[in-house]
Amino acid sequence: MSLLEIKNLHVNVDGHEILKGIDLTVNRGEVHSIMGPNGSGKSTLAQVLARRESYNVTAGEIVYEGKDLLAMKPEDAACEGVFLAFQYPVEIPGITNAYFLRSALNAIRKYHGRDEVDAMDFLPLLREKVKLLEMDEKLIMNRSVNEAFSGGEKKRNEILQMAVLEPKLAILDETDSGLDIDALRIVAKGVNAMRGPERAMVLVTHYQRLLNYIVPDRVHVLVDGRIVRSGGAELALELEAKGYTSMEAEGRTAAPARA
Amino acid sequence: MIAATQQQLGNYLESFSGFAQSAVGHQLPWLRKLREDAFARFCEVGFPTTNDEDWRFTNASPIANTPFELARNKRISLTLEQLAPYRLPGAACQLIFVNGRFAADLSLIGKLPAGVKVVSLGKEIGDNPTEVQAHLGRHLNTGRDAFAALNTAFLEDGAYVHIRRGVVLEEPIHCLFVSTGQDAPTVTHPRNLIVAEEASQVAVVEDYVSIDSGLAFSNAATELVAADDAVVSHYLVEREDKQAFNVSTLRIQQGRNANVSSHSVLLGGALVRNNVHPVLAGEGSECLINGLFLGHGRQHLDNYMLVEHASPHCSSRQFYNGILDDRAHGVFHGRIIVHKDAQKTDAKQTNRNLLLSDDAQIDTKPQLEIYADDVKCTHGATIGQIDETALFYLRSRGIDEVSARRILLLAFADECLDRMKHGPARTHVEQLINECLFGESESASAAS
Repeated sequence: MSLLEIKNLHVNVDGHEILKGIDLTVNRGEVHSIMGPNGSGKSTLAQVLARRESYNVTAGEIVYEGKDLLAMKPEDAACEGVFLAFQYPVEIPGITNAYFLRSALNAIRKYHGRDEVDAMDFLPLLREKVKLLEMDEKLIMNRSVNEAFSGGEKKRNEILQMAVLEPKLAILDETDSGLDIDALRIVAKGVNAMRGPERAMVLVTHYQRLLNYIVPDRVHVLVDGRIVRSGGAELALELEAKGYTSMEAEGRTAAPARA
Repeated sequence: MIAATQQQLGNYLESFSGFAQSAVGHQLPWLRKLREDAFARFCEVGFPTTNDEDWRFTNASPIANTPFELARNKRISLTLEQLAPYRLPGAACQLIFVNGRFAADLSLIGKLPAGVKVVSLGKEIGDNPTEVQAHLGRHLNTGRDAFAALNTAFLEDGAYVHIRRGVVLEEPIHCLFVSTGQDAPTVTHPRNLIVAEEASQVAVVEDYVSIDSGLAFSNAATELVAADDAVVSHYLVEREDKQAFNVSTLRIQQGRNANVSSHSVLLGGALVRNNVHPVLAGEGSECLINGLFLGHGRQHLDNYMLVEHASPHCSSRQFYNGILDDRAHGVFHGRIIVHKDAQKTDAKQTNRNLLLSDDAQIDTKPQLEIYADDVKCTHGATIGQIDETALFYLRSRGIDEVSARRILLLAFADECLDRMKHGPARTHVEQLINECLFGESESASAAS
């Protein structure tokens, strides 16, 4: 059984059809990259997978581990192992990163009938992951969630959360955008450290650059709400050379390709 | 209209004539004059109406139209067990007032360090009238404010705190004002006097509670004198029952480099008005006016501040957060006056509000009057709902919706808690906020 199967997914946002029939299968252990120009629907797909309720699914289904993902609330999807690294991480004043992460970890543990982790046991785990992401420990221990973080710090914080929560399916929504090359390397290192036979990842990105550091198993090109091409890692390079324009033309004429 | 007003005042007139003959210190000419002048002033100004700019958003007629009896005429005895849940663990001492009267048998004074005096004002008027006379009624403005005038006319008991020069008392002084349910509507006029001499330090918690419900009106006033370099924290906690009326005024007089923090936490009561009026009279003094109001049901919680900058190089900070649910109505009226000589004033005012229901309402009004030309004054107000994006972010990490909302509310309330010094008073307030928001005593700070 595949980890994730998206079948003929149609999604409306504010009355506009953004996704127009997506088919995508992701197996455990695989890293997929979804590439496409701005406005093609990449982020919408990512948000729907994380169960953002304001996105209206008009047709199709999403099967995750044999279960109907669309029937799940965001927190249930998260507890079942779905993780979204946000394109725009949210600032939450008044809650420290450490408290937030421990609450999240404990919510997931509770869902699976496991004991909660107390602050003393949580600290070493958090420290280890903070080190992996080369972050300032004070930022995580004392400061509020993403408050006054730089763009790069926010993105690293998303990967830190992923490293602590250890999801089965991680969707990274433009985690590379706005990162300088050093930050990109650190993020990639964090992501690569998480690759494993049980975990799948979907990298949503605009640029091929990230894929120099995280080599995907499959690349899909999303144009105007449809996947117009799918291929191996080499497809990203082809895109880089030719640009999206040629494929956008395909997107308008060709029937949606099967992933 | 005039007839109604006559009727409202008539009730007080009757009470006052009896009271003035028998009240503690009635034989002291200065005190008699203080009371009589204040009563005359009350009769002159009458209860405020919504035509009064300072009362635009709060209709005081439920108070004006209720024929209250003075609670002093009725004695109620409470047991130590009844009071146990209301105490403040870790306090230096606890003064208990039942229906406005000091209850020595219920209070825990213990042994206080030298230079710290904590007694009932009624007793001090009897024992050391000259010491009381030096400060009592010298600062509170009875000229414009009917409630302050009424309090002064009927002042008889409350807390008297006097800290000698250089003395530091770290643990808070807890003053618990208990209203008990009565057959007829009753009024109390608690009057407190806090005098912190030069370079002393003290924290006082005024805590208003109800045992058994009933129509009760607490009309409280506190004069707080912080001499040069004194550091004073004042906490006001209103947690009376959902029928209670509570009007309280904190009048702060600050000397040179004096540092005062006022924390107002309004949780209970039906119609509540809290006035905080600091006068930064000494150069370089600092004042923090911090507040949190949590309204449910049909509660009306009015926060009125008048911050007077009277000397150069003073700074004031006002931070009020409100969370309003159901049909609750909140008011934030922050007035700042910078007098002509108060150059280099640094005044800041922030009011943030969360409305949890469509029927909840907030009126927020900044009012800046600046007569000096070299000052920094800023103000800002926000009104919003729970941030849906933040809610989704928390939920997307596995935290269920109820817990996620709870975390966000606590974080919002914690902004006010974070401005309080760590210690027994803050822990006390934190617990009460948790109970108010979630109806349980579990103290789970979002920030820990």
